[in-house]
Amino acid sequence: MKQFIAFVKKEFRHIIRDNRTLLIILGMPVVEILLFGFAVNMEVQNIRVAVYDPTPDAFTTGIAERIRQNSYFNYRGSVQTMDEMEESMRKGELDLAVVFQQNFQEELVHSGEADVQLLSNSSDPNRGSIAATYATAIIAGFQREQTDLIQIPFQIQTENRMIYNPLMKSSYMFVPGIMGLVLMIICTIMTSVSIVREKERGTMEVLLASPLKQGTMIFAKTIPYMVISFIDFVIILLLSYFVLDVPVNGSLLLLFFVAILYITLTLSYGLTVSTLVDKQVNAVIFSAITAMIPVLMLSGMIFPVDNMPGALQALSAIVPARWFIEAVRKVMIQGLGVTIAWKEMLVLTGMTLFLLGVTIMKTKKRLE
Amino acid sequence: MIEVKDLHKSYGRQGKVNALNSISFTVDDGEIFGVIGPDGAGKSSLFRILASLILPDSGSAIMNGHDVVKDYRKIRQIIGYMPGRFSLYQDLSVEENLVFFATLFNTTVEENYHLIKDIYQQIEPFKKRRAGALSGGMKQKLALSCALIHKPEILILDEPTTGVDPVSRKEFWDMLGRLKEQGITILVSTAYMDEASRCDRIALIREGEFIGSDTPQGIIDDYPEILWAVEGTGMSALLGELRAHDKVKSSFAFGDKIHITVEKSLQTEELKRYLANKKFNDVRIAPIAPTVEDCFMALTS
Repeated sequence: MKQFIAFVKKEFRHIIRDNRTLLIILGMPVVEILLFGFAVNMEVQNIRVAVYDPTPDAFTTGIAERIRQNSYFNYRGSVQTMDEMEESMRKGELDLAVVFQQNFQEELVHSGEADVQLLSNSSDPNRGSIAATYATAIIAGFQREQTDLIQIPFQIQTENRMIYNPLMKSSYMFVPGIMGLVLMIICTIMTSVSIVREKERGTMEVLLASPLKQGTMIFAKTIPYMVISFIDFVIILLLSYFVLDVPVNGSLLLLFFVAILYITLTLSYGLTVSTLVDKQVNAVIFSAITAMIPVLMLSGMIFPVDNMPGALQALSAIVPARWFIEAVRKVMIQGLGVTIAWKEMLVLTGMTLFLLGVTIMKTKKRLE
Repeated sequence: MIEVKDLHKSYGRQGKVNALNSISFTVDDGEIFGVIGPDGAGKSSLFRILASLILPDSGSAIMNGHDVVKDYRKIRQIIGYMPGRFSLYQDLSVEENLVFFATLFNTTVEENYHLIKDIYQQIEPFKKRRAGALSGGMKQKLALSCALIHKPEILILDEPTTGVDPVSRKEFWDMLGRLKEQGITILVSTAYMDEASRCDRIALIREGEFIGSDTPQGIIDDYPEILWAVEGTGMSALLGELRAHDKVKSSFAFGDKIHITVEKSLQTEELKRYLANKKFNDVRIAPIAPTVEDCFMALTS
């Protein structure tokens, strides 16, 4: 235990005395948050949509049919109650719900006006708003056809309601993404470099020739980075909350738990990397390529996973950040609990155990 | 007691590079055993095997009754190992390094201070200074302190005096002498032949093979040749002429002199005349006693 504490102390000293690295570690989340304020908008496909139609008639089924046939939409059928609709939306099974008013056709024919509500899941605001825009266009097209046919002037009122992210802020989308990215970079690069540095500078030789157990060393290595990563997470959270007005709708405790789970995972990945390379520069390159690019491209941080071709979607399943971002969106933005986010958390735990296993197997008790 | 038997070690694919070839020797308790040879001779590979850091291809090494392969955990408790390269934390202070290594070996600086007192006192005034900012000699003293702090039974020092100034080198060997008096077995390697006389016994190593092992005096006594020192101006031309003489068996530049081995029949006057004919008029030639380096040269030629 004394060995362990001495090692943790030593690691903290390394970090604190390396001012430049410390600045990068603590400055990166701030810079990233500001940078990604200008997130990219991308085309949206495969919008999962359901229809709530209390009194089906020719008009409502006509609109539903057009939505069903549209290639951008993935028609999930109709729901029987508003509760049912809301439930599937909370679970993330729906991007858009089309809600017709009671006696839609009757109302339309008699008063010349009828309402249809478009509920879009805007925890991913880009997707949410585009989904609503597509649906509005389809309804408007339908209306034009009907006006031409029956020569009655009438008006279908579409009302858009963005739920979970009423103000359509893109920050709601990129904040979880930045958390995923920053933690991945810091934990993976820093831990792998700190171990590889010992190999490169020859101190590993002295450590190996001492009674210190490999497990103690590896565990002690991760502690300081866990603390720093958690500080980073809190910085991002505070900036998001106070500067970008991103709400924390769910349990803060659960959010922290998800964060620690993910930090442990990324630290484990850093340890795995350190067993594979021998030079600091290789550790940086390897970590950057395997940790950063998948997070940017495949995690859903910038490009929604649902828009990816099947092969890439499958590939994204092994990107830890995807599951973390998903979990943070659910817990932080949508305010959901463990019952909804358990799957993501389970995946993160499984990945951590796998990486730790690989690390333990690959860790050498000698120099070669 | 260190017992090494028939150690082999090779690197690269299909064992192309032979680092160690059939090394055997024993070191008694409380002895300073020097392994002497040029860079790349296999000294570090040998010491790393003994420190349980790499595995030999074949052969065995027993350190105070513990096998370096099977009992590597025990080995790591009883040895103090100082690698050839300075391997402490440069961004930690002198004191922090020492305390860290003491804790690593489950001891404290206070407990074994008497062991390192002599050495550590010299760097103690700089104990708040970062290890990276120390001079070469001070770095080695700190490294030795860290290797000694857990009172090891066997000390393994890989080229501890490389890159250290002559005064510090002398001090360093004085310290090893005092540690030996405390009963610590010391295994030390060096590329400096002049340090051989500070060891109780030495082994000369070349291309992974021991080419001679004895006390330093024993090695010198076994020197089979007649050795002369030649002094004069124009060293490289002089060396050329000496090599051209058919009764001169070998000649090497040793600082400002040339050491030559000659046939028994050759007289100094004869050689002097030969050189005078070649316009070397101020040449001084004298028979000398061989050094370990001369022995090394004789054994390798």
